[in-house]
Amino acid sequence: MKLLTVIVLLPLAGFLLNGLLGRRLGRTFVSVVGCGLPILAFLATFKAVLLLQAAGPDAALLEVAYRWASFGEQGFDVAFYFDRLTAVMTLIITGVGSLIHVYSTGYMKDDPSYARYFAYLNLFLFFMLTLVLGRSLLVCFVGWEGVGLASYLLIGFWFEDPAKAAAGKKAFITNRVGDAGFLLGLFLLYWALGTVNMDEINAAFAAPIAPAVSASLVGVLLFIGATGKSAQIPLHVWLPDAMAGPTPVSALIHAATMVTAGIYLVARLHGIYEHAPAASQVVAVIGVLTAFFAATIALVQTDIKKVLAYSTVSQLGLMFLALGVGAYGVAVFHVYTHAFFKACLFLGAGSVIHALGGEQDIRKMGGLWRKIPVTFFTFAVATAAIAGIPPLAGFFSKDEILWFAFASEHGGSPILWALGSATALMTSFYMFRLLWLTFLTPSRMSHETEHHVHESPLSMTGVLIVLAVLSAIGGFFELPHFLEPLLPIPAVVESLEHFEHTLVFVAVAVALLGLAAATFMYRRGLARGEALAARFPRLHRVLGGKYYIDELFEAVLYRPLHWVADRVFLGLGDRFLIDGSLHGLATLTRRASGRLSRVQTGQLQWYVAMAVIGVVGCLVWVWRHG
Amino acid sequence: MADTQLLLGLSFVLFALGLVGVMVRRNALVMLMCMELMLNAVILALVTFSLETGTLSGAVLVFLIFVVAAAEIAIAIPIVLQLSRQRSSLDVEGYDRLKG
Repeated sequence: MKLLTVIVLLPLAGFLLNGLLGRRLGRTFVSVVGCGLPILAFLATFKAVLLLQAAGPDAALLEVAYRWASFGEQGFDVAFYFDRLTAVMTLIITGVGSLIHVYSTGYMKDDPSYARYFAYLNLFLFFMLTLVLGRSLLVCFVGWEGVGLASYLLIGFWFEDPAKAAAGKKAFITNRVGDAGFLLGLFLLYWALGTVNMDEINAAFAAPIAPAVSASLVGVLLFIGATGKSAQIPLHVWLPDAMAGPTPVSALIHAATMVTAGIYLVARLHGIYEHAPAASQVVAVIGVLTAFFAATIALVQTDIKKVLAYSTVSQLGLMFLALGVGAYGVAVFHVYTHAFFKACLFLGAGSVIHALGGEQDIRKMGGLWRKIPVTFFTFAVATAAIAGIPPLAGFFSKDEILWFAFASEHGGSPILWALGSATALMTSFYMFRLLWLTFLTPSRMSHETEHHVHESPLSMTGVLIVLAVLSAIGGFFELPHFLEPLLPIPAVVESLEHFEHTLVFVAVAVALLGLAAATFMYRRGLARGEALAARFPRLHRVLGGKYYIDELFEAVLYRPLHWVADRVFLGLGDRFLIDGSLHGLATLTRRASGRLSRVQTGQLQWYVAMAVIGVVGCLVWVWRHG
Repeated sequence: MADTQLLLGLSFVLFALGLVGVMVRRNALVMLMCMELMLNAVILALVTFSLETGTLSGAVLVFLIFVVAAAEIAIAIPIVLQLSRQRSSLDVEGYDRLKG
């Protein structure tokens, strides 16, 4: 039996069943299919992992599902490749994915488009699994585009609202920019190596004779693709807007799985980046800058989902920092812990929004912990995890990232570490700010809203509890060592080795400092925070305006392009040249026929005269020329 | 020889008469008659030439044309009748509904 193919196809079956029959067969059917097939896929993945474990640490399962195209000796296969890296990603996708499907049955209960929602969600899982399981970059790219499509469909799920439809469009178009880089990298690799199978690409770059292509160029091109999908500077603008989608979608696609595709891609092709110090440098710098700036923006956001969105961008930046300094396994470790706590945070936020009947502004919350205790406790655990409070999951992965950013021989530097630590400080601060303002401070809700607050159903709270437990204990599984046969851990500069314990203490101190600062500022409510904002109005405005990146893009890209499209292509090309020439032809024909039709007088004598003139004319012509 | 020329001349005169009649007269029936005149002029020319060349087929063809002409008139007359019934006039100037 083709196990890997089955894993991929199960969610596709869910998409087809729910998409075609879901509306007719009712909600129970949709729920069973929508949640059941991902869970089956999870179990199948588990079986595949057992097979893989039996085969040895650096073994891989390989399955050719279908020959896509063949030309001469060569060809493209749809083949699935399952090694430890794939195993981790697939377990996250199907595991967290299944949990979020179950959560969605509660969250989306009253939505009229219930079946469509689950169909899209299953479609997303199908493409995501294609992305991580595909052996060749080409199959990976199909999944890459497919998750973009699913993301677009789900962000614009409530497309009746033009703002939400626009957010979907923005995400899709921004991703296309990155995809151009991905495609160029893919073409370059195929041109140079004649293969797009990722294991063979890695092997080619590790061979003693270097391939005839610049690893840095390929690395940077593929990284451009990754910046689009994983929301790194300068293509990060779509992710905060993507919060327009339903909250479980934000949790699954825009926090736990899809946005980590860029990290997966770089980690999977680590063979290229190991031989491309320049490209690695770019990855690390972009990563740490994204982490830092996204964290500063998150400090002043007031929408509960926007805070989490910027936090996601920031955490993704940290993962790229790890990739850039060669600690590929550590980046995947953070993907893994981040999937738990960020999914938990988003789903917790969804539970809060559900409880408050759609309110997302944390300035209008407060005091919720008594009313929705389960949500509060799970949210608090996940907050502590992302802030890096030991011994929760986030502490381990973040600490390792910072350590390698400091000491890796593969481009580590104290500056990267300092920026990363500053990010960690801010992360801890804004997450606890969120926790205080949402749950702990005295209530700022209107009486009407407060009256209706209710804890979410078991389908939602149960998932929250599972994810909170995973956020708490997930860090004890030493993922980088599990992945070491595939993703080597970089050597550490010897002279810095003795700093390791110091840095751990610094990391813990930073997390606690963030906690203390947030407690000091927001324990009593908004007053102190607002006073601080009033003291630095300009800084507050810049942060609140997200550094005006959107406005910059609008001025530099959108307006000129719009002008060119409107005036040159539409005005000159379409309206003037194409429409003009066609309309001109039509007018010419109409006028000419108008003139000619006057000959047709209806007078018989006139016709006869014309015929005679014609005949005589013919005769004369024949006489002259014949 | 002179006969031939005389006959051809007669044929030409008849044809011209018919043509002028068709072009000048307004009465549909008269126009039809003039057209018959033109046809007969052409037939006369045909017979004359067949006499000149001594072939029999020309003379045979004439009878064929007579039959066709008779059939044609048999259709043309009812059409004119229908038209005159609609307009209660034989004046072709009134029949201008097909003008552009």
